[in-house]
Amino acid sequence: MDLAFSKEEIAFREEVRAFFRDNVPPETRRKMVEGRHLSKEEMITWWRILNKKGWGVSHWPKEYGGTVWSSVQHYIFNEELQMHPAPAPLAFGVSMVGPVIYTFGNEAQKKYYLPRIANVDDWWCQGFSEPGSGSDLASLKTKAERKGDKYIINGQKTWTTLAQHADMIFCLCRTDTTAKKQMGISFIVFSMKSKGVTVRPIETIDGGHEVNEVFFDDVEVPVENLIGEENKGWDYAKFLLGNERTGIARVGVSKERLRRIKELASKVEQNGKPVIEDQGFREKLAACEIELKALELTQLRVVADEGKHGKGKPNPASSVLKIKGSEIQQTTTELLMEVIGPFAAPYDEHGDDGSNEAMDWTAQIAPSYFNNRKVSIYGGSNEIQRNIITKAVLGL
Amino acid sequence: MDFDLSEEQRLLKESIDGLLTDSYDFEARKKYQKEKGGWSKAVWGKLAEQGLLGLPFAEADGGFGAGAVETMIVMEALGKALVLEPYLATVVIGGGFLRHGGSTEQKAAHIPGIIDGSKTFAFAQLEKNSRYDLADVSTTAKKKGSGWVIDGEKFVVLNGENADTLIVTARTKGGRRDRAGIGAFIVPADAKGVTRKGYPTQDGLHAADITFTGVEVGSDAAIGDPENGLPLIERVVDEARTAMCAEAVGAMDESLKTTVEYLKTRKQFGVPIGSFQTLQHRAADMFVALEQARSMSMFATMAADFDDAKERATAVAAAKVQIGKSGKFIGQQSIQLHGGIGMTQEAKIGHYFKRLTMIENTFGDTDYHLRRVAEGGLV
Repeated sequence: MDLAFSKEEIAFREEVRAFFRDNVPPETRRKMVEGRHLSKEEMITWWRILNKKGWGVSHWPKEYGGTVWSSVQHYIFNEELQMHPAPAPLAFGVSMVGPVIYTFGNEAQKKYYLPRIANVDDWWCQGFSEPGSGSDLASLKTKAERKGDKYIINGQKTWTTLAQHADMIFCLCRTDTTAKKQMGISFIVFSMKSKGVTVRPIETIDGGHEVNEVFFDDVEVPVENLIGEENKGWDYAKFLLGNERTGIARVGVSKERLRRIKELASKVEQNGKPVIEDQGFREKLAACEIELKALELTQLRVVADEGKHGKGKPNPASSVLKIKGSEIQQTTTELLMEVIGPFAAPYDEHGDDGSNEAMDWTAQIAPSYFNNRKVSIYGGSNEIQRNIITKAVLGL
Repeated sequence: MDFDLSEEQRLLKESIDGLLTDSYDFEARKKYQKEKGGWSKAVWGKLAEQGLLGLPFAEADGGFGAGAVETMIVMEALGKALVLEPYLATVVIGGGFLRHGGSTEQKAAHIPGIIDGSKTFAFAQLEKNSRYDLADVSTTAKKKGSGWVIDGEKFVVLNGENADTLIVTARTKGGRRDRAGIGAFIVPADAKGVTRKGYPTQDGLHAADITFTGVEVGSDAAIGDPENGLPLIERVVDEARTAMCAEAVGAMDESLKTTVEYLKTRKQFGVPIGSFQTLQHRAADMFVALEQARSMSMFATMAADFDDAKERATAVAAAKVQIGKSGKFIGQQSIQLHGGIGMTQEAKIGHYFKRLTMIENTFGDTDYHLRRVAEGGLV
């Protein structure tokens, strides 16, 4: 048992750190620090820099453009990326549909889609949730009817993150309405530019536009856009969601936010001295840091276990990472709110497009607090994670 | 970075788990508790036979030269079985003082008795008003000839009633809360002027309040520097805290297992109560609390090798906070999920709760250590 990184791992960390320092556009970093939204172009620019370096799809198999990094190296890479901070690769392409395609797709699909995902030639979005199917995802109703060499797709998806940017969608559709609900679902990919696709924005409580409703009206999709076998889509979805959970602790994100809390708390005064000197505040901060340290270690234990014993099935302990990781992210946004106190109130009507620099240091703190309520809801709500622990770990 | 046990460590774990499975179920524990002194000499003898009492001592001193991870393994196992025998007081604390501060003569005089199980130790540190401050020492050690005279009162000395040897913190100079001027002294428990008032503790262990009235000891009684012994005391206490974190993880682990088992077997409304989602989610939260505690127990254990003393101390404080919080949550919820039966002395679950509660209040509670981290800063 040894907590220290090896010499090679430390050298790797330095390499990654130096690359981010020299290659993340400064404006992108500044917006990340302040919790602002980035434009589509800013994100794509950065991801292509990353891909050119060979790190765009680092966890993919080598033959599809990935690396041969160890679990610990992946951990270091992600943590450094989050702490810099710089945008993580687009999860919908790189972490979700990509692995489904290289695991279950045919040769033609691999050859066509994988390089395009890696270089973000296509922006992907996820068509899973529906108005009536949230935690009970398998009850989804969007239908794909086979007609000759086409599927005709009708239905509605919701909470579709950044669909306004998307070129492609991977979609769970019901292809057999007579089968038991998990059995009649297929995994189909298609262009968001297809006739009959309508995207309608959902404005969230922070005033932002991240998520959308997506409507399908007789959308025609060639049958070769089916991934894997018809009616096996639920298996691929479970595989995909298992991949989603391991990266969800976001230890680096919370570390970076703690850094910012300390920075602001050293500037903002209360009772004639910086907030950071207030005993009560310091204790809250310390409590959060301790929780985060424990989470970091729990994450490292999962990472080390994967490294030693292979990835195999997703570790059910990763539900602990989701629950604690989201709670801590939320706590850090609460602490930021506490630091700026009454200055949380002004609302920037222009959104955070950067046109109102006067409000820059506080403008995004309340929206970020409001927005972060989502982290205990998405990716399998924390209550669903407790169900997983109950069944998979405790055997209840 | 590696969280796996080595082959030798795995064997150690198997051996202590096996020993306790054979000789330390809850019924056996009740019997041991009724023996003279409140613990079993026979079990202590078995621990000695298997070499567990000699683990952390250097090979040159007759031990096995094991490290913090080995102590963690043993303490976790002791926590699982709610062991009453004075491993913490004797091997971890008494042994810690000898290992880190003892002279060659002191080691030779005391370590063999620990290893062969013939002698136990107790750490007389707490005073009426000192609470968790290790520098708050009013007991005095005054120079007399080449030796020392000790006067003062110590409270809730774990294993104080039974120990053969006491390690006593006492002030050699300076004011009540000065960091300088504190020493640690080896005092035979039967020395003239030592008066012990023993009693059982809430968690079934035994402790004593001890008065020292003109107790004369030789020049060889001081461990380390008698005028600047606080760093040694802090180091040993940090090791004790780390060991207690592991013990608590063992107790929490067993509490959760016992509770989950109860949820599976206890039926109400015609079904196992573990089928109710409210109770399932409570148990899931207990698992989260346990894993976070386990991580911090490992962190404190591995921090034993940190070069920077301040970093080491902060890591231990942070672990003690996490263990305090997790222990309270798991302890309380274990009782709640057991319902009425959890309130009885007859069921073992309440005894875990009591031990976890007492661990929280030993060598600094959650608030005390949170304040230490808040002052120092962790990340």
